[in-house]
Amino acid sequence: MAEASLSSALAAVIRRDLLLALRRKSDVLTTLFFFVIVVSLFPLGIGPEMAMLRQIAPGVLWVAALLATMLSLPRLFAADHADGTLEQMALSAVPLGVLVTGKILAHWLLSGLPLALLAPVLGLQFDLPADALGVMVLALLIGTPVLSLIGAVGAGLTLGVRGGGVLVSLLVLPLYVPVLIFGAGAVESHIGGLGATAHLSLLAAFLALAAFFGPWATTVALRIALE
Amino acid sequence: MNNRLINWFKFASPQTFYPLAGKMIPWFWALTAVFGIAGLYIGFFVAPTDAQQGEGYRIIFIHVPASWMSMFIYLVMAFWAALGLGFNTRLSGMMASALAPTGALMAFLSLWTGALWGKPMWGTWWVWDARLTSELILFFLYLGFIALQSAIDDARRADKAGAVLALVGVVNIPIIYFSVKWWNTLHQGASVSLTRSPSMAQTMLWGMLLMALAFWMYSIAVSLTRVRAIILERERHAGWVEELTEIKQP
Repeated sequence: MAEASLSSALAAVIRRDLLLALRRKSDVLTTLFFFVIVVSLFPLGIGPEMAMLRQIAPGVLWVAALLATMLSLPRLFAADHADGTLEQMALSAVPLGVLVTGKILAHWLLSGLPLALLAPVLGLQFDLPADALGVMVLALLIGTPVLSLIGAVGAGLTLGVRGGGVLVSLLVLPLYVPVLIFGAGAVESHIGGLGATAHLSLLAAFLALAAFFGPWATTVALRIALE
Repeated sequence: MNNRLINWFKFASPQTFYPLAGKMIPWFWALTAVFGIAGLYIGFFVAPTDAQQGEGYRIIFIHVPASWMSMFIYLVMAFWAALGLGFNTRLSGMMASALAPTGALMAFLSLWTGALWGKPMWGTWWVWDARLTSELILFFLYLGFIALQSAIDDARRADKAGAVLALVGVVNIPIIYFSVKWWNTLHQGASVSLTRSPSMAQTMLWGMLLMALAFWMYSIAVSLTRVRAIILERERHAGWVEELTEIKQP
């Protein structure tokens, strides 16, 4: 067998996960519909005043994005764990960290990216101005990879544990809070005229930290689960 | 081999640590009582009434030590977790899981006393202030740690999984600690600083420090008691456990 380079292994894992998702679209679509429905419920529950809706829009969109990401976390490793693929990955010559990074990237392409692309349409429901929608998309594009990276650690830790789906929310949601604060804060401060740069820079800093430590911690968690 | 090196690692095994912990616990309880009584006496009878906050400020004698302990215990827990993960020592994992409930208690106590203090002073039980929120997250992290450990039946896997979680969550500690500096929200600034002279009356400071020591001793005593219970539970098949006088059937 020819020795596979790390980048080709990474690409192969991403391609495989995307193909698997394409073959079974319902998983991905459920998450997106969940996002749309949760966001659409808020105006019904709170009332249709536009001023109020404009104010709560960033927070509502972000909380819904957090919950939607959480919903998709269990399927990140569960199927591969069940059919033994994960063990083969751990045994393969390619470092597990690289394969895990590929899986996290694929998870983001399937959950984070569509959420960010859907957000402007939902933001229109809340009467957000066009430039605020732009900031919203940008914040989601920087923030949702952090959600996938942190979530992967939680998914790895709860792999094969009884009640894992509920447990993952307890483990992961507290760690999501900074992303929520600065993600929603970026849009709010843009609307308030303060500019979103500071918040976006902090989000990018979180992304850098999570990109460095996330795959590593996930790999450790998976090795513990596979023992 | 160097004699001193052996002594360092001697108590890393549950078998040698168990009797040592048993001998230390009464001392830590005694120190808890001494520091606690002295701290409470100074706090309630000696310390003057605060010029702005009246008698209500006296809750800081519980609130501040509890908040300190809640953060410090998490750091200690993460330290033991890292040690357990790195060196594969059994006792470190047991220490981490013995510390978690006390840490959760301290975080809860800090939030609760904060709310009791906030109602008369700020006019509200709760605000979404940066420090309050991050302390609440710390409480959730403790709960997550305990929940994860109790969800995994295999003790070794539970230790390791908890260790990873504890290390991931440790980023929250500096956020809590610096939150009053980074965000100028409702919570007042730090009461005590190492770099400048204290802004409060000497007796208040003494009362608070004595209470902090009392909380410290209490946490050690309780954690050691709990770790003894964990050791007994996990090592119940080992021969040395059956030799213990408190276990041996008459």
